[in-house]
Amino acid sequence: MTTEQLHDVRLHVNGSVHEVQVPARRLLSDALRHDCGLTGTHVGCEHGVCGACTVLVDGAPMRSCLMLAVSAVDAEITTVEGLTEDDGSLSPVQQAFSDCHGLQCGFCTPGFLTTITAGLRETPDPTEDEAREMIAGNLCRCTGYQNIVKSVLRAAEIEHERSDA
Amino acid sequence: MKPAPFAYLRPSSLEEALAALAGEQGAKVLAGGQSLVPLLNMRLAAPSMLIDINALPDLGHVRVAEDGVRVGALARHAEVLASSEAERAQPLLGMALRHVAHPTIRNRGTTVGSIVHADAAAEMPMVLRLLDGSVDVASVRGRRTIPAAELFAGPLESTLAHDEVAVEAFFPGLAPDAGVAFQEIARRHGDYALVGVAAHVETDGDAVTRASLGFVSVSDVPVVVDVTHALGDPAAKALAELDPADDIHASAAYRAHLVKVLAPRVLAAATDHARSRAGEATQP
Repeated sequence: MTTEQLHDVRLHVNGSVHEVQVPARRLLSDALRHDCGLTGTHVGCEHGVCGACTVLVDGAPMRSCLMLAVSAVDAEITTVEGLTEDDGSLSPVQQAFSDCHGLQCGFCTPGFLTTITAGLRETPDPTEDEAREMIAGNLCRCTGYQNIVKSVLRAAEIEHERSDA
Repeated sequence: MKPAPFAYLRPSSLEEALAALAGEQGAKVLAGGQSLVPLLNMRLAAPSMLIDINALPDLGHVRVAEDGVRVGALARHAEVLASSEAERAQPLLGMALRHVAHPTIRNRGTTVGSIVHADAAAEMPMVLRLLDGSVDVASVRGRRTIPAAELFAGPLESTLAHDEVAVEAFFPGLAPDAGVAFQEIARRHGDYALVGVAAHVETDGDAVTRASLGFVSVSDVPVVVDVTHALGDPAAKALAELDPADDIHASAAYRAHLVKVLAPRVLAAATDHARSRAGEATQP
């Protein structure tokens, strides 16, 4: 059996550089978890439907299971581990999920957190409809959507409270 | 669910990409990957080599000119959708792009990639066909323009040769007294449509002079039906040319029913759109 060729890949994740050696077929989701040790990014369906693996690529939410690690070399990637504030406290979206019971089993939560973090940058004052639209590409099998919608609205409030403070 | 092994190349020039593609029979081009990577993950596709064009320069444009909108091979759906200039020149782009998957997928997936993926259940191949657009392709043998009417060969099959890369799609602009509309029915917003219908209507300012409908998910290839002489019952004319199929999501009969509901509705909306545009154009 021939050995699969490995590629030297430099990934920029949450402000740190990770030098990893991966085969071309390594999905970004697997590279983050197995090669970078960042297991906060969860892997659900692996074909782009469930949204659990969503990370921010240059600030925009993308499915890490639909990207190859070798193809992510020029990008700044933010995972759920990179959402906390500089002092380690919870970000507004994380705090809102805690406040509003926006997570149950927690499996889908990293994808929701990254998606909503980017969504609130684009729509800082979402209506309830806009909050639902924001999370329409993410599945929660505990079906905790009501509290997740509340969390989106609460996160927007917290962002405003913090920027006013 | 992991892809089978493949060789990987990330060229920095189009020439390099084309030479590599010409030299490897089993190679596929990777742009956004939002259709290709699921196929790899499920091992429905196993190319020997991926040629990643994401590092190529000068392909990310959304350029609006007098005759229409030119979209480069690396322009993401989200970037095309964000261009208000493009939407003004051809409103059907925005109407349809809002239905392409979810925003997260649109952030990565490319419009040109979706077109040459040639999925008859996808919106943008049908939009290009309905508007009589075209795709520019390049290979080591040179460049050529493929009109949309000659682009789709079969299910998930375009007429690009193996060594050709689609570099740009051209969507003609909308004439001042013409109108467009798009609607689709999906189980959830962002899912593939059970049926989607777009209309393109030309008028003399009031009366309809030409009308055509484009259909999503009711045929093997994007189909456009001329309904200029069937304005009273466009669905009957359309169903004579369409081939709705049963699948896990909907029965053929239900799809035919949705065609009957959507065709007149979308035709009426495009006609209203044309008249309101013609009205605006003639105002002093």
